[in-house]
Amino acid sequence: MELEVAATNFRRLVLELEERFPGLGKQVEEGMAVAIDGEIFQDAYSARFGPDSEVVLIPKIAGG
Amino acid sequence: MNYIPSDLKVVGTRPVRPDGVEKVTGRAQFGADMRMSGMLWGKVLRSPHAHARIISIDASKAEKLPGVRAVVTSKDFPHIASEEAFVGEGPMNFRDLSRNCLAWDKALYEGHAVAAVAASTQAIADAALALIDVKYEVLPHVIDVEDAMKDDAPILHEDLFTAGVTPTPSRPSNIAKVVTFKKGDAEAAFKSADVIVEGRYTTKPVHQAYIEPHACLCSYNADGQVTIYSSSQGHFMVRAYCAKLLGIEIANIRAVAMEIGGGFGGKTLVYLEPVAIALSKKSGRPVKMQMTREDVFRASGPTSGATIEVKLGAKMDGSIVAAREILKYQAGGFPGSPIGPGCMCGFAMYDLPNVDVVGYDVVSNRPKVAAYRAPGAPISSFAVESAMDDLARKLNMDPIALREKNGARNGTKTHYGPTHQNIGFLATLEAAKNHPHWKAPLKPGQGRGIACGFWFNIGGESTAGCHIAEDGSVVATSGSPDIGGSRASIGMMAAEVLGVPAEHVRTVIPDTSSIGFTHVTGGSRVTFATGMAVTQAAERTVEDLKRRAAQIWEIPVEAVEWKDGKAFPAGSNAGAFEPLDLAALAMKAGRTGGPIGFEVSLNAQGAGPGFGVHIADVEVDKETGAVKVLRYTAVQDVGKAIHPSYVEGQIQGGAAQGIGWALNEEYIYDKNGKMDNAGFLDYRVPVASDVPMIEAVMVEVPNPRHPFGARGVGEVPIVPPMAAIANAIRSATGLRMPDLPMSPPKLRAALDAAARTSSA
Repeated sequence: MELEVAATNFRRLVLELEERFPGLGKQVEEGMAVAIDGEIFQDAYSARFGPDSEVVLIPKIAGG
Repeated sequence: MNYIPSDLKVVGTRPVRPDGVEKVTGRAQFGADMRMSGMLWGKVLRSPHAHARIISIDASKAEKLPGVRAVVTSKDFPHIASEEAFVGEGPMNFRDLSRNCLAWDKALYEGHAVAAVAASTQAIADAALALIDVKYEVLPHVIDVEDAMKDDAPILHEDLFTAGVTPTPSRPSNIAKVVTFKKGDAEAAFKSADVIVEGRYTTKPVHQAYIEPHACLCSYNADGQVTIYSSSQGHFMVRAYCAKLLGIEIANIRAVAMEIGGGFGGKTLVYLEPVAIALSKKSGRPVKMQMTREDVFRASGPTSGATIEVKLGAKMDGSIVAAREILKYQAGGFPGSPIGPGCMCGFAMYDLPNVDVVGYDVVSNRPKVAAYRAPGAPISSFAVESAMDDLARKLNMDPIALREKNGARNGTKTHYGPTHQNIGFLATLEAAKNHPHWKAPLKPGQGRGIACGFWFNIGGESTAGCHIAEDGSVVATSGSPDIGGSRASIGMMAAEVLGVPAEHVRTVIPDTSSIGFTHVTGGSRVTFATGMAVTQAAERTVEDLKRRAAQIWEIPVEAVEWKDGKAFPAGSNAGAFEPLDLAALAMKAGRTGGPIGFEVSLNAQGAGPGFGVHIADVEVDKETGAVKVLRYTAVQDVGKAIHPSYVEGQIQGGAAQGIGWALNEEYIYDKNGKMDNAGFLDYRVPVASDVPMIEAVMVEVPNPRHPFGARGVGEVPIVPPMAAIANAIRSATGLRMPDLPMSPPKLRAALDAAARTSSA
């Protein structure tokens, strides 16, 4: 699924998603990581992206 | 600051491991070594049934036994609502964690904890367990993942409805969730393929097989203060989980990280600690608990067993045009298998235009699954890399050349979304191709296989400190329990920044009340994230030391430089002062501003992924079916090896575990769902004579987001071995073994079947 949002960081992205799809923003914030131009950020409100950035949500990664 | 292009004096060397003497002399303190005055022994009563409703628990006779001071059941725990949070290692549903520690209304696997006692001796505690009368209604059980998915399978949870499907089902199911990842249109692209390869593969559940069973000593004081001594992969995780499960404020718990005898992901959650705290609260005394080896097998989380189907479509030139994978993973008694990473990792090494992956998280009546080194990835890669080998044969193409042709590189968009950056997969393939092992001749009856693997690695929250003692010696503090050598690498990074020898820095792991929050030791994150924190702490210390030198010399701080552990005037204009080393500055610490040291807490981002390529040579004894691993080479992109011996150790350890997973390890259940081989005699892990010297080849493509270029290394090496061994067996015998483990009875059966077919 592809969406357009007005956001330049992960925090604003989450708030925009929550406004449009109530519950989705919380789910994204708590359960997903964001990959910005290939680099994975987890739990980072300040992760920034620009108008040409590739922003992909993926399940949070753990490990063993 | 970035040290990647620097001339390093400490990082990259091999100082003697700082914990070695304690460990080889038996002085190291593990979870089971702690004692406290007035301590009681705690023991757990476990379900003998794989699936049963708990009708009643009568502990009255046990409570009256002389020497028994407390008995607890789930009624002594607050019954919390289903709530999922990402705390510790991976998403955790706290209601399920509570129910796993002590069963509520159902026993969901043989070995599931039902009640616990605390008594003055172990013998009295055992006698008390026998006096607890539990009435069960035994229910039909299900173990195998595909059996658990059937419409008529016994249902474990009446309130579990499959997530990830539309519309939401109305009937409960053992399928907890379905996940999908799609790129392009695989179905259409298969039609354009010149060559198709398909396979169905199965893996059995295996245990992390750490040699140290779970153990703890917990004390609940009358003022509500709790102390926990336990071995774990995260004492902050232990603190948080116990607080949540028992309704205690986090600050009222102090968790101490004892030395750990292996974790591999299996110690990223709690089993005994909440129970011990509840017993301590009820009895008014400290309580010690430790699992037997049988308990570890019957009641602690192994990884999933699974069924995987793979389909690959390619052109005659080797370009893969379509790929599909269907994965079904056992989660054990509660949802939460590593199905997500399994779906993402199998094809992560390749640049594929059309991919379709579907994964199922399925509950069944066995212990709740826990993380095991790159959770989910080894299972997925066993299937994908076996199929890649078959594809190479069908195309009559060298298996490394096939992988190079389709290999991920910087700019490759993965099937799960992100675009790879700063990765070293092609470099590892090149190193494998050029390694003498790849070209070494084989004797008749021997075979060679190759396979690849990937793991994301993570960053996360870490705290570390750098403190200069009054005599100038250095204490580095790390919030990360050391399970793989991190205290050495933490100390070395601090030493490098300070400009002192590694031996001049001692790294310690303080308890949760004495250092800032730190996420678990897992996900191959510690050298990356906690290393980043200690580097910054050491850098701030150096800046402060320069300020103090400037104050002593009465010159501007810009006129001071730091080199080789000393402050120097920067140039002759700054003044003719003798350099000041750490001891000299420490002596004047009070007069120049107070104690010297800094603690840094951060949330590290930018952990670079890792790739590995393994080459295995095997020989199959056609009479017994036994597989001998003759030679094994593991090539891995490590970013920067802070302490190369430890990195080699991680690679060798992961490879050895993968070899065991490939050849022998499995849970064997009887018809009642009870484990038949709950001990190391019958659960066959590799021993030293089973495995050749594993050569670890380190390729260093630095991760630009770490000050020294480090990547996580601990998890990648367990991903390739199963397929490397399977492909080597294929090469030696002509037989594709799609079911793990490839143990002697299975090889014998396959060899017999092949002989019958060829003589027919």
